Amino acid sequence: MSVKQPSASPSRLGHIRSLVARFALVLLVGASFALMLLGKADILLVERFRTTATDAVAPAIDMMSRPASSVAEMVDNVRELIGIREENRRLRQENERLLRWQTTARQLETQGESLKSLLNFVPEPQSSFVSARVVADTGGSFAQSLLVTAGEQDTVEKGQAVMSGEGLVGRISEAGRRSARVLLITDINSRIPVMVGNAGQRAILAGDNSDRPRLLFLKALQSIVPGDRVVTSGDAGAFPPGLPVGVVTAVNDSDVKIEPYFQRDRLSYVRIIDFGLSGILSDIAPPTSKADSKR
Amino acid sequence: MRPTFWQRLDTFARHQVPMVTTLLLVLVAIIPSHVPGLVRIGPMLSLIAVYYWAAHRPDLMGYGVVFAVGLLEDTISGAPLGIGSLVLLLVHAGVVHQYKFFNGKSFTVTWGAFVLVAGGASLLRWLSISAVNGALVSPEAPFYAYLMTVAMYPVIGWLLVRLHIALLRDV
Repeated sequence: MSVKQPSASPSRLGHIRSLVARFALVLLVGASFALMLLGKADILLVERFRTTATDAVAPAIDMMSRPASSVAEMVDNVRELIGIREENRRLRQENERLLRWQTTARQLETQGESLKSLLNFVPEPQSSFVSARVVADTGGSFAQSLLVTAGEQDTVEKGQAVMSGEGLVGRISEAGRRSARVLLITDINSRIPVMVGNAGQRAILAGDNSDRPRLLFLKALQSIVPGDRVVTSGDAGAFPPGLPVGVVTAVNDSDVKIEPYFQRDRLSYVRIIDFGLSGILSDIAPPTSKADSKR
Repeated sequence: MRPTFWQRLDTFARHQVPMVTTLLLVLVAIIPSHVPGLVRIGPMLSLIAVYYWAAHRPDLMGYGVVFAVGLLEDTISGAPLGIGSLVLLLVHAGVVHQYKFFNGKSFTVTWGAFVLVAGGASLLRWLSISAVNGALVSPEAPFYAYLMTVAMYPVIGWLLVRLHIALLRDV
């Protein structure tokens, strides 16, 4: 291939230019290290910078991600069409089963209500949610997070829970004006108080950037078996209790891995839920139902 | 003959091709692909672009641009700030320093050199991430991401060669 290459000028000007370039390199490498330290020292400042920058590029990412998600939707459509009969049969069976469960649930609900009224139970704050499109998914060993197209203008705030149809996805770690970052439960910085199994044993679910986060601080390890359900415990007031998180897949000595319910490669939309846990005024004015979706 | 205003504008626009392609690849890399398992081992597309332009047109991408690209990547990917900039700057500086080696070499040789450069870059990135997190992160995903990056080089490289020949041959 014949491509023009720039020729190095041998003059004094060229010498000065290379000195300047070398100085710039040293300066910028220094700046990179300074940024790493700053990220450790002043989290607030870095966060504000991040949200501003992300807000600025979010529309571009949103636009660019649309073709990819259209293709994915088309592939899904074809796949569904192929298996539609089988799916139909399965759904009919499941529907029958669920109808039986519905009856049980109704009975339990009535029973629960009457028991609550007997006990003067204080009702939990009402929750509201917004749906948002997932426009970016960053993986690798660096950070496990999503970017979604909803921000403070859609009442999204830092700390709110993010769910998919299957279970807990993560929480909002940064909220900009029109975009927000979701820290996945698999991220190395994610720590979530959970309950394991029917006994409801307390533990902390800690991400390690792999697909399988692990359980920490379990008291009775021997009672945990693969297949145990993991749900949020509601400790520390971050999430309400009972949100589905995943199932235990492997139990080794001192190491319990869980598989999250949410399927990362199928996340197109997520629900960002405000359980009214962080707002101090929530008991005076209950949050209005913001069930409008951004679809 | 002095170039006219429009000629100068045209040249200026063409000179932005390396920067624009690199920025686009930063954005492409984070778009959800909806392919199971791919997200954890996504290739470092920006590294390919920075390497390619450093090897072929180092005059069109200065250290400032490389720094900004790394910073943008860290910012929108949620990674600790500074690591992307550091890795890309060192790759750029290393390749520019070995400019004589890359001058006029075939695609295969450039690819072979990229295998080494990307290996160094991945190692540096992994060490920096571990240092910032204060604990060694699992090397498995970065290693597969490295293999993916090397495997993607011909594809992205081919696109860049096309653009390079079409838009930057004479300017």
